Amino acid sequence: MSDSVVIQAENLTKKFGDFTAVNAITFEVKAGEIFGFLGANGAGKTTAMRMLNGLLLPTSGEGRVAGFDVYRESEKIKRSIGYMSQRFSLYEDLTVRENIRFFGGIYGLKRSRIKEKTSRLLRELELENVENQLVKSLPLGWKQRLAFSIAILHEPRIVFLDEPTGGVDPITRRQFWEMIYKAASGGVTVFVTTHYMDEAEYCDRVSIMVDGKIEALDTPGGLKKTFGVGSMDEVFLKLARG
Amino acid sequence: MNSAIKISNISKSFGPVKAVNDISLEVKPGEIFGLIGPDGAGKTTLFRIIATLLLPDAGIATVLGFDAVKDYPQVRRRLGYMPGRFSLYQDLTVRENMEFFAAIFGTTVEENYHLVKEIYSQLEPFKNRRAGALSGGMKQKLALSCALIHEPELLLLDEPTTGVDAVSRKEFWEMLARLKDRGITILVSTPYMDEASLCDRIALIQHGKILSLDTPDGLLAGFKKPLLAVRSTDMYRLIQDLRSYAWTDTAFPFGEYLHLTTLQPVPEEAVMDFLKEKGHEKIEVKQAAATVEDCFMDLMQ
Repeated sequence: MSDSVVIQAENLTKKFGDFTAVNAITFEVKAGEIFGFLGANGAGKTTAMRMLNGLLLPTSGEGRVAGFDVYRESEKIKRSIGYMSQRFSLYEDLTVRENIRFFGGIYGLKRSRIKEKTSRLLRELELENVENQLVKSLPLGWKQRLAFSIAILHEPRIVFLDEPTGGVDPITRRQFWEMIYKAASGGVTVFVTTHYMDEAEYCDRVSIMVDGKIEALDTPGGLKKTFGVGSMDEVFLKLARG
Repeated sequence: MNSAIKISNISKSFGPVKAVNDISLEVKPGEIFGLIGPDGAGKTTLFRIIATLLLPDAGIATVLGFDAVKDYPQVRRRLGYMPGRFSLYQDLTVRENMEFFAAIFGTTVEENYHLVKEIYSQLEPFKNRRAGALSGGMKQKLALSCALIHEPELLLLDEPTTGVDAVSRKEFWEMLARLKDRGITILVSTPYMDEASLCDRIALIQHGKILSLDTPDGLLAGFKKPLLAVRSTDMYRLIQDLRSYAWTDTAFPFGEYLHLTTLQPVPEEAVMDFLKEKGHEKIEVKQAAATVEDCFMDLMQ
């Protein structure tokens, strides 16, 4: 594996009983890339992501994430990545400041480092006025930005984002993507799933899963050219509808 | 009956939060009316008031000619409500859920099968599967079938497509168009602005207030700012640079381009020259037509 490849999957497969959720997927993601991982509900995205996160053992195939093996080094993988999902990311009954301190501790950051990170993060997100408020009292868009910042608090090489922008207004959604751009330009690899097809356009490369397989993988421009259509929406409809 | 739903000056607060703040609107019989707005805009509160499940603090809601407070039994009998969160019994099978909802309304699945045939036929292979074990798109179809089984005149669909993939979303809207053809009035909410164009009329709402109420075309025609689509090889730097441009009003990513609104009309070449000077490559600048998201963002500010 070359230094610049941070995620590598080769024939990665997961079966549940006689159902093949992920069917021999092969792809690479390079350092600093924004990689869009698309597919219809039930196509196998979550299962694939859980294998790459070290949360689920593959049935067969090879996988390396941040240089570590998905079978034998899942604990090392977990320490090298950040993860944010729409469903669970922050403790609603802790304050903004407590959430940052808690996750800083989980990631094993030193107390002085957490302190320094906390003040910078509060300032950058303009959350200084609400630092002692419970997270559940914050608007969804603020929570999402806080969750993303916490997911990269320990400066992981890769961050996995599972539908991070659902339900917010169009400006907040774009502010979130600007955070993604900023992180990527600082060298963090971003692996993201979304149902917003305009967001697929913001990715450097996009893969589309259909029934457990990766049916297409290219730049958004390349995919549109291959399928002879004008938007990612049409690419997605053509592929996923079969 | 001139309107299927008429709400006048409805307000509802939860503690200090004004979830719905003096909203008035009318939905005409047979139309698809869209409530478009982000989480927390007040869409669900409005649905619950119309569905007679929540009392407003102030204002009057008339649904299918009946008062939503005084005549709630008549309203309930005539409407089908699909709440935002999955509303079905997870431990009952597909078939059992259908029978349960039919029984509650004093009918049977057999009697009204023709109403749901098209949608339910796709679920039939899984009729003995527990609802909790269905995929997202299947759950959505089952919830719609259950909301339709008593032949409602009015359908209330609260974010039926949230979290659902683009293919299932498209199929769902095709189903709604066919229900509309059968004369059913539909009030539907969504956070996906691209779905607005599939409605006859839309209300953009945020913070409990209506920002705009119009047809999709009328809304787009009301966007008056000069709008350009811009791209170059480094989109992140492009945003930063365009925000420092003297004529810029707003600059936001929009798919493969960035949408730039300017304080007054600016020739494409001028933007091009500015970006060349900043060292951008493969620059493209062109006139753009506003989308519903452009309008929403403009109205928000």
